[in-house]
Amino acid sequence: MTLKDVKEILEAEVLVGSDQLEKPAKTAFAADLMSDVLAFAKPDSLLLTGLTNPQVVRTADILDITAIIMVRGKKPSEETIKLAEELKIPILSTRYILFETSGRLHARGVTGCIEKVGGET
Amino acid sequence: MTEPLNFERSFDVEGGSFQNAGNVSGQIKGILKELGVSTDIVRRVAIICYESEINIVSYAKRGTITLTVTDEAVKIETKDEGPGIADIELAMKEGYSTASAAVREMGFGAGMGLANMKKYADHLIITSELGVGTYVRMMVMNFQKILHPDLPSITL
Repeated sequence: MTLKDVKEILEAEVLVGSDQLEKPAKTAFAADLMSDVLAFAKPDSLLLTGLTNPQVVRTADILDITAIIMVRGKKPSEETIKLAEELKIPILSTRYILFETSGRLHARGVTGCIEKVGGET
Repeated sequence: MTEPLNFERSFDVEGGSFQNAGNVSGQIKGILKELGVSTDIVRRVAIICYESEINIVSYAKRGTITLTVTDEAVKIETKDEGPGIADIELAMKEGYSTASAAVREMGFGAGMGLANMKKYADHLIITSELGVGTYVRMMVMNFQKILHPDLPSITL
């Protein structure tokens, strides 16, 4: 699956990175707590979140996240968009709630970047 | 034989500057990539720096983050002018936090920062003085290079 498929499945609006829709998307992590994202997310995953501040982009950059999917129709601030453009991190916005977003992607083959915590590093 | 790596630079971090939080970590990540440090170590150091930077921005008046890179390790030292930590053992506990609402709105302040730093560092030391500030030293070891027989000998 690519970001283009993700966009279609989630009926999402591409806010940053319309030139990067061919990027592969196989795994994902969902959280609103950035420290949890830093603790558990893996590189080259999608980040599904309801947060919209620039720290989401920073966190995504630190972890080499493929793209940020903002759920519940959230729209990022201008600062967030500017930083994402600068760091070349795609942002998609979907009106689906986090549960639906995760479920729809999982049903189409996207898996969690980890299944559960404990034991992994 | 290649020249031994010895890189050091300090960065200033301004307390309360939430908008810029992460700037220094982004720069450090770029430097490590340029130095050719392995992806896994770059990521671990970047996470450690980012949580450190968030801590300085969240709690201190100002601080510095010093990056030292050698063949055998990446060292991150943070020093801040701030309130200090009353009980370090308690502060290290996952879930314990004294963060403000502003910090929580950014997606931090859930008592995971120090735990994350400990998780990703091979070595971590904290000293703190109330009303003065906090010093943290973290090391991420470059074990692969240390153990690799083809590389120049390395003294630890």
